[in-house]
Order: sequence, then structure tokens, then C-alpha cells
Amino acid sequence: MSATSQELESRAQSGPHALDEFLRSNRFPLVDGRTVTFVYIGAADSVHLRHWLHGLPNSLSFQRVGHTPVWRLSIDIPERSRVEYKLEVHRGGHRQLITDPLNENYARDPYGANSVVRGAGYEDPEWARHDPEARLGEIQELEVDSASFGEKRTVLVYLPARYRPTRRYPLLIVHDGPDYLKFAQMRTALDNLIHRLDVQPMVVALTQSSNRLIEYAGDERHARFLAQDLLPALESRYSLVRDPEARCLMGASFGGVASLSTAWRFPGTFGRLLLQSGSFVFTDLGDHDRGPVFDPVVRFMNEFRARPGRPAEHVYLSCGIYEGLIYYNRSIVPLLQSTGMTLRFTEARDGHNWENWRDRLREGLSWLFPGPSLFVYE
Amino acid sequence: MVRSHVVLLGPQRHDPTLKDAVDSLGIRGRIAAVTAGWEEREGEDQELSAHLGGRTVNLHLYGRSEDVHQRDPELLDAIRARHDRLRKLQELYRVRLSHLMEAARELLRRESLPGYAGLIEPEVRGAIDAVKRLDDEHTQRVRETHVEFELRWKPHQREHVARHRRELQQVLDDCSALCVAGGHVAILLDRLRMFGVIDLLREQALVAWSAGAMAMAERVVVFDDRGATGEADPEVLDTGIGAVQRVVVLPHATRRLRCDDRTRIALFARRFQPSLCAALDPRMRMDFRAGEWSAPWGANALSQHGELSPVGAA
Repeated sequence: MSATSQELESRAQSGPHALDEFLRSNRFPLVDGRTVTFVYIGAADSVHLRHWLHGLPNSLSFQRVGHTPVWRLSIDIPERSRVEYKLEVHRGGHRQLITDPLNENYARDPYGANSVVRGAGYEDPEWARHDPEARLGEIQELEVDSASFGEKRTVLVYLPARYRPTRRYPLLIVHDGPDYLKFAQMRTALDNLIHRLDVQPMVVALTQSSNRLIEYAGDERHARFLAQDLLPALESRYSLVRDPEARCLMGASFGGVASLSTAWRFPGTFGRLLLQSGSFVFTDLGDHDRGPVFDPVVRFMNEFRARPGRPAEHVYLSCGIYEGLIYYNRSIVPLLQSTGMTLRFTEARDGHNWENWRDRLREGLSWLFPGPSLFVYE
Repeated sequence: MVRSHVVLLGPQRHDPTLKDAVDSLGIRGRIAAVTAGWEEREGEDQELSAHLGGRTVNLHLYGRSEDVHQRDPELLDAIRARHDRLRKLQELYRVRLSHLMEAARELLRRESLPGYAGLIEPEVRGAIDAVKRLDDEHTQRVRETHVEFELRWKPHQREHVARHRRELQQVLDDCSALCVAGGHVAILLDRLRMFGVIDLLREQALVAWSAGAMAMAERVVVFDDRGATGEADPEVLDTGIGAVQRVVVLPHATRRLRCDDRTRIALFARRFQPSLCAALDPRMRMDFRAGEWSAPWGANALSQHGELSPVGAA
């Protein structure tokens, strides 16, 4: 038992005053080297930790400290990792799945939020924080007539600081763009990475869909929207390099599927892909167990696996090892490589959430669009 | 082209030595300045001007090039086509380079392993020669691209470039020296070429630093072992102005290179031999006169043994 965990037990048994003081002076869960102690305070018949770590039972039981209302559980997690979890509290025949009341850190994903524990040594990337020296890009709104969907769609467009029409810029099209801005600090990251010469100045189209689980699931209309409606609209409005190698599709989760499916349906249009925790669920035998929303994804992925072609030239693929999609992402690595595309695959000690996707932005973007640092000697 | 006296300095931003260099050359008059490598910040040269006692005249090559781009769209299209071609050439070169460099590094690593004595050196030599041949081929293709462009478009004879060149000639004739600052080396080189600035010089001294110093060599080699995506293989980017010979200029070498990796340093030095790989860190200086070089304030060079060694300190 770690020293802090021992202190917790001792304070809990010393009475409420000592316990309150301990709770006020510590952050939870308690992280002591590799050992993390989760704490729950309250009336319960049993408390369990629900998580998505491979290799551990997905429900671990807390132990009650004597006759106190304090419950605790210690496990080891690797340094610099981020692990998502929820608490399952059983009481009086009822079961409640909750975020950790003692932990203010959450990992957000397209479906909600979990509590998250940060292993020793993990830090938010410094390049995703505001840098007063970085010049700020601008965000404009562009309305696009979509023949594919038969309606107008609004897209946000990030222009790098000092955008000038006499220059030509690469183009990045981002699925769930506004969420990347809100939850992954993408605007700040772009400003900083461009300012620091890590990434080329680029135009970034931040798209969104009100029906992403359908449109992003390998839907052909979505692919046509990007390739035949949005791309021409962007090229007529902004100064872009008209070369597939200077065009990239990006997305996380279902957005990864949408990116891959669009590039596959329009080969030779988008030369680069940045795919984060893609929901690349496929089947070899029988049916899948992910629910009907995954049916079109599985149909697309099985078709793609049968006839991958060569949808792009460069692919940056990342996935958290603490998410169920790691199996599918690892599985498509040799397939993508077999097409002749240049691939970079990164596994992160993280889960299916925006912070994971934020933390990989520097590596992914600087690999796909290396900034001019190689050329600048002040 | 060989100029009579060229001085290359280490980076100037934090510990400037430019004034000392200019004074040591006995320059009294006005000094023309090229800051085109700073791109849109070209005009932010107040510190430079103050450092030289207010004697500088900025040639505004970046601004002039923007003017040309705007007024001569045909030339702009041609420049873009050349740029696209160079970018593709660089990409193809990089594909071949990465494999050759990996082979050379692997063989160099095995040099010290038991069991390879007497066998490994010819293999290492062959691997490095293959990289040298590739560098030479690439340099030749880049050179041909520039020559074709010059012959076809004759940019110096086009109305707007010619007008700017006449103005630049007048300014330069009134100056005793030209100093060329750092910044984006490809953009700087492009603007120097567009206006043929070095050809407009008569007897003026030439002082350059950082990217400016790189541009003065026969070949521009870009390098960065500490970039966002990790170590990059040093690449021949372009032909340079050629104001100095037999030297590869490496500004900020100790910051940008992994100097603790003897294999990488040794490979760098052997790859560009017989050129000197000059590590121009802050406060360093190399003088070139009549085909000879000296390092009156000291400079370092990459050695074939994988170290940074002082060269030619007075």
C-alpha cells in the first residue's frame, strides 16, 4: 500500500474532521508513482471501478475502510498514461454509473464524458496552451451549396496568421471541426505549431454534421459533399495548392471512417489522411456486436478490406491502447501498408477521447505537413 | 562566381558581432541590407539598423518580389511551376536519400563491432559514395531547372524585374557593403536570384549570416536533428549563389545537430567531403578571400571522426 493510501486509511478512521482535511489537501485519485488509489466517499453496498483497459477485469471492486464511508482501490497504471473510468455504486439493489465526484478531470468523447486519471509524469502539451507570442489565425464562416445533400451547409474555415492570397496553402478538412476547436484546443494548437514552424501555414476547413452517425459511417453522399461540393468551393474562395498531396482529410472515431471512405471513393483527390481512433470495425466471420449504428461502417470496412486500392499517399494513424478500437486499428496497419501508402502509426497510452486526439496533433500534423523549421535559420 | 572578400558569421540575433566584422573590414559608408528571409517581417530591421549605427539601407527584396508577382502574373505562374517542379524533385530525392542514408548509418555503426575488421571500410565507402552520387545528381537536376527557367523566361529582362534591378543598382552603388541576414533560406535565395543582387555588386564587401551565409555557398544543405518529427536526414536543397567555395555552411550547428551522435556527425562530414562542413555558431566567423578561407574569430567544423573540431582559429 502506498504512503498516501495508508494516510487515507488512518485519517478515515480518525474521524470526519481528519478525513475532510485530507480530502481538501489532496487531489484525487491519489497518484503515487505508478500506483493510483481511487477513493469514493458515501453510503454503498459495493463500489466498482469500470474502465476499458485491456488485460484487467473491466470491473474492479473497491474495499471499504473499516466501518467508515470511505471506499478505496489501488491499481498500478503506467507513467504518462491517461485512463478513463467511471464508478459503479451499488446500494439497496440499485446500480448507478457515475463520474468520480472527487475528480475534476474529464475525458470527453463524441458520446459524453468519463472521469480520467493522469498517470505520473503526464502533462498537457505545452503547445496546446495559449502562447502570447504566437500570431493568431482567423476563423471565417463559409456557406456551401451542397448538391449531395440538397441543402446549404456551413463550414468554419481557419486561415493562418498573415494569410495572403498571393501565397498558396495546403488544405486540411477536419470532421467534427467545431468539437476539435472546443475540446481539443485545435485553434490554439494550429496557431502555436504554425508560429513555431513545426507545421506549414495551412487553411483548415472545420466541418460538422448534425447526423454524423449516418453521414460519417461510409456514406457516399458525404464523400461527394467533400470532394465535389466543399473542395471546389474552398478552391474558388481561398488560395490553395491544387495538388492532392497538399490536401488532407482528418477525423476521429466515426470521423476517421468518413475520412478514409471519402479518400477511397475519390482516389487521387486527397493525398493525406490523419485518422485518430478510427471506428474501423470489420468482420471476418459472422456478425459484429457493436449495434446497428455500426452496420454501414462494417459494410464499408469489409468492402475496403477486400479492395483497398490506394486512397491516399500518406496516412497518419493513431489510437489509444485503452480503447476497444485498438484491435481494429492495429489490424488495418498491414492492410494500409500493403497498398503502398506511406504510413505512420502511433499508439498512445490513452483512451477514446478528445485529449488523446489533441495530444497527437503535433506529431500527426508535423509529419503530414512539416513546417519550414528545416528551412529557417535566423 | 567568386567575390574578392566574403565574410560569413554565426547567428546574430542574441549576440551580434556584425558591427565588429564591418569595422574590421574598414567599412565607413552606407551598408545595403537584405532581410528577405524574414518574409513579411522584412521591414522590421530596426535592431539591425541600430546595431550598425543607422547606416543601413534595406533593399526590400521581399517587398519587391511581391510587387513583381502582382504586376507580372505570367512570371508568377512560371515561378510557381518551377517551385512545384523543385518540390517534386525534392520529394523524389528524399525517397532515395532515406534508404541510402540508413544503409550508410548502419554500416558506420558496425565499424566498431568485432568480426568486421578489414571488411567494413570498403562497404562504408561504397555506401557514402552512393549518397554523394545521389546528392550530385539532385544538385544537377535542380541546377538544370534553374537554367531552363532563366533561359525561357529571362526574368532580369522583364519590365518589372528590370525596373527593380535598376533601382537596386543605384542603391548598391552608393553602399560600401552588402549584408545578408538569415531567415527562410529558400525564400531568401529565390529573391536574391530574382533580382541577381550579388551580380549587381562591384567592389563592395559581402557579409552574411545564418541563412544568408548558407545561400552564399555553392550548395545549400538543410538539416535539423531536433524537429517536431525527430531527426531528419540532411538534404541538399538547392544550388547556392556560389560566392564561397568548398564549404557547407551549418548555422546553429550545435543547437540543430545531435552532436553527441558521432555516427551522424561523421557521416555528415564524409558525405560532403572535400567541402568543409562549417559549424557557424554564435560569435564564429569565416573569411573567404581569393579562394582561401580563414577563421579569425574561430569556427568549428564537423570531423570525419564524428566530432566538432575547431578550425583555423587565429
